[in-house]
Amino acid sequence: MAISAQKIKELIKKQFPQADIEIIDTAGDSNHYSATITAHEFKGLSRVEQHKMVYKALEGAMDGNNGILHALALQTKIK
Amino acid sequence: MNDTVKAKIQTIIDQNDVVLFMKGNSKMPQCGFSSRVAGILNYLEVNFKDVNVLEDDEIRQGIKDFSDWPTIPQLYVKNVFVGGSDIITEMTMSGELDDLLATKKVSFSQEAATKIREENS
Repeated sequence: MAISAQKIKELIKKQFPQADIEIIDTAGDSNHYSATITAHEFKGLSRVEQHKMVYKALEGAMDGNNGILHALALQTKIK
Repeated sequence: MNDTVKAKIQTIIDQNDVVLFMKGNSKMPQCGFSSRVAGILNYLEVNFKDVNVLEDDEIRQGIKDFSDWPTIPQLYVKNVFVGGSDIITEMTMSGELDDLLATKKVSFSQEAATKIREENS
């Protein structure tokens, strides 16, 4: 299964309108990405909570064995 | 996730100080992300219980509901969810993992932890 970098960016932008979002297709297969997201919404949250916010923004794209996005190496930063 | 799976998971994390739900086991990880976290724990000489989710589909699905976290591996220290591969890697490099282990009185090699940062800086 696969998802485009553009689609990931759209999903994240929906939840974090002013965030800086950088997405790299690390394996060239539209299935393994790394993303760096800098957003003010992360302020005061633990890393786990920050990452959970991003996973929720992806609306289940990663859930389950047939999640359409297999691997997303995530880095979150506070704006 | 039914209650028996939830209880099964709760028991594992209650009975072991450090638990890594992973694909494969600590000697033979079967996924890059699981291998990375197991590798870090082994290098830091942390005793941990490895739970191979590939051998138990109930736990493989249940753990994601249990922690509200969509991916494997998942690390628990003193039955608190700490994070997956990205977070544990970041915490190792920042020294936060050392602090957490020390605070929770989990033995590890401080020397190895410092060495990891030197080698990767």
